[in-house]
Amino acid sequence: MSITQSPASLFTAATEEKEGTFNNARCHSLWIREALDELPHSFTITDPFISGHPIVFASPGFLKMTGYSREEVIGRNGRAFQGPKTNRRSIMEIREAIREERPVQVSLLNYRKSGSPFWMLFHMIPVFGSDDGRVIHFVAVQVPISGQKLRNGSVSDVSGLSEMVLGSCRREVCLGSYVHQEERALPVECDEQELENWEHCEASESEKLKSAEAVSNVLATLTRYSEFAGRLVCGKRNCLRGSDYCLSSSLVISLGRIKHSFVLTNPCLPDMPIVYASDAFLTLTGYKRHEVLGQNCRFLSGVDTDSSVLYEMKECILKGKPCTVQILNYSNRKDKSTFWNLLHISPVRNASGKTAYFVGVQMEASCRDTESKDLRPETRQLSVVGAVRVAVRSSFMVTC
Amino acid sequence: MLKIKRVPTVVSNYQKDESSDESVGCGRNCLGACCINGARLPLYACKKLEKSCAGEKPVAFLESLVLGEWEDRFQRGLFRYDVTACETKVIPGKYGFVAQLNEGRHLKKRPTEFRVDKVLQSFDGNKFNFTKVGQEELLFQFEAGEDGEVQFFPCMPLDAENSPSVIAINVSPIEYGHVLLIPRVLDCLPQRIDHKSLLLALHMATEAANPYFRLGYNSLGAFATINHLHFQAYYLAMPFPIEKAPSKKMITTASGVKISELLSYPVRSLLFEGGSSMHDLSDTVSDACVCLQNNNIPFNILIADCGRQIFLMPQCYAEKQALGEVSPEVLETQVNPAVWEISGHMVLKRKEDYEGASEENAWRLLAEASLSEERFKEVYALIFEAIGCSYQEEEVEGTIVEQDNPSGSVNQKSNRTTHGGPITNGTASECLVLQ
Repeated sequence: MSITQSPASLFTAATEEKEGTFNNARCHSLWIREALDELPHSFTITDPFISGHPIVFASPGFLKMTGYSREEVIGRNGRAFQGPKTNRRSIMEIREAIREERPVQVSLLNYRKSGSPFWMLFHMIPVFGSDDGRVIHFVAVQVPISGQKLRNGSVSDVSGLSEMVLGSCRREVCLGSYVHQEERALPVECDEQELENWEHCEASESEKLKSAEAVSNVLATLTRYSEFAGRLVCGKRNCLRGSDYCLSSSLVISLGRIKHSFVLTNPCLPDMPIVYASDAFLTLTGYKRHEVLGQNCRFLSGVDTDSSVLYEMKECILKGKPCTVQILNYSNRKDKSTFWNLLHISPVRNASGKTAYFVGVQMEASCRDTESKDLRPETRQLSVVGAVRVAVRSSFMVTC
Repeated sequence: MLKIKRVPTVVSNYQKDESSDESVGCGRNCLGACCINGARLPLYACKKLEKSCAGEKPVAFLESLVLGEWEDRFQRGLFRYDVTACETKVIPGKYGFVAQLNEGRHLKKRPTEFRVDKVLQSFDGNKFNFTKVGQEELLFQFEAGEDGEVQFFPCMPLDAENSPSVIAINVSPIEYGHVLLIPRVLDCLPQRIDHKSLLLALHMATEAANPYFRLGYNSLGAFATINHLHFQAYYLAMPFPIEKAPSKKMITTASGVKISELLSYPVRSLLFEGGSSMHDLSDTVSDACVCLQNNNIPFNILIADCGRQIFLMPQCYAEKQALGEVSPEVLETQVNPAVWEISGHMVLKRKEDYEGASEENAWRLLAEASLSEERFKEVYALIFEAIGCSYQEEEVEGTIVEQDNPSGSVNQKSNRTTHGGPITNGTASECLVLQ
């Protein structure tokens, strides 16, 4: 599966780097991977700037614990390891922590490649770029829980020892460096069906400490090696929230769900630059992401582009009204071909009620004759606008 | 007879359909017998099988259809106001109540035209109902399909024989994408839950495959404004406070539906989830609703988490209001606690309420709608009886009793630990759904 690289990632395979720095970036990425591979813990690193918020690094400990190979894991979203019996509340907590760019620690039922379930303590933190304060990765550590089952999700008192069923999860603990300790009270062999039925599985204090330690080690490694790469990262957002040029990771994740060509431009910045471009836009126009971010859309116009159409667009933008135009665009594809772009533009408001962006949705005119089983192209185009409106409005409501 | 104070407003928001001069009948292009011949709408027929929910998965087809059609109506000016121009924020606090300043909504909303002290009332064709809306307010037909595949027909005639269910815009939206699901619109069903309709609503939640797309229902007496069966739905890309409330399991039915009560939430509510199939979950909740309806207890329903979680909230605000028992400060806000408000999304009419919105205020307002602890116990006892389960609240810390159920396997521990002693609490052997 191909993954479009995100510019800030520490795991860039350097396909987008300029010629001179090609080898350097490659090396840094390799060194980071090698250093991370040395750590004994089970953890994954994800990239919210890639559509689908996939895993971009999985430790050997993780692969051993889940039974998957590296190729089977890279590119997948973390939900792939959840199953029908995974607690919905916990899933929601993780989703919200990602959306709000904050840490979370929650017990979770996951499933191995074999299909067998296991409980683990899921501890995730955001990793920020030091210069712009954006979240560029999430690090998630998994510590197996050799658990105490709880009644109804509340903690029983210590005095009611006979009421606690202590499950022994011997079979499930198979991490390299993790030493399993026999529980002192009566160990009940829990079959897998049993595990799935548990309402909750509280991690012990020592397991929580283990997860904090693992998170700390991974972050320290990332910080150290990111320095070499010239892209410092840290565990705390230590500067003002990212500039208007940079969207929050949660907004990027939401926009990444929209599989269509579109861009977001910021009318409050000089020359109304592009602040987001979808993968489909890059495919359509043949440009790389770093070539378009920060640029005004006019680079798509050329000699034969009708200037009256451009004028019409400008007028609509000034008036804050949506419009649809047919415009001749010039691509950067191999053949440098031109294409007729049925372009729809509309202002998009954020939670304050004011216009925060303009969305431009492109549709190549030749693609208009889609099979009748699909949405009409016009509807499809408008659905992109709608999805962007929902994403933008909601993303600004995050409490800081 | 209890009445809600009427607010003068336009009853319907229709526009002349310029494209079809040949529209005969009443001229409003509605759904009545006068105009329906030749009416066409896209039809979305969802899969029979159940799907798992997405998350960061790509925007699903149904979501594209809803958003695309909604945006079309939005740009055509069919809504009373631009809801995205309404300021909104998350109130600081543990639960994150969402507040919106919307000064125009209650002025432009359709008035309530029936008594609010009876949950079951007959349909009255003379009052406003959804056969009177202009067809341009309809987005598409929706049905539970027969096949294993989603089927989409961009232009399907509205056939009264097929009893079509439709999705319409809510012209006074709470949020972007606010739509109405109107089951079997031409059958003119009154606002009351039946098994088939709730199942259709659940299908829609599942098909949308987006945990931020929820469906809601208000019974009469719980601030439904139109006595014509309908559900509401919209997108809010963050959790509702009610979804964050901790819950305590009470029972599991024979069909595997888990029923919990919410803890530390201003409105006492039940949460239904699980079940061996969507049907089981839907039927259990329907049974509960029918019981409430028959006992004249107003309630709201929230369908969340792509149809996996259903909240049932009985309430008594309207009764309290009529009896003069609601505090004046709460009354002044003129906020009616319907399903969205109870779930934690408050649309505020006055700037001062919005500026001063706090978790305590929100809590205090919603608490007025809640049943008292004793009344709630009576109500859920009624419900459990109706669905054929018995429940005994735990009073002492009991011991775990391993018991074989008739099939011989020892696997009911998770239920056992819920309550003390060897009491029937919905384990497979003991819980029979009496039909």
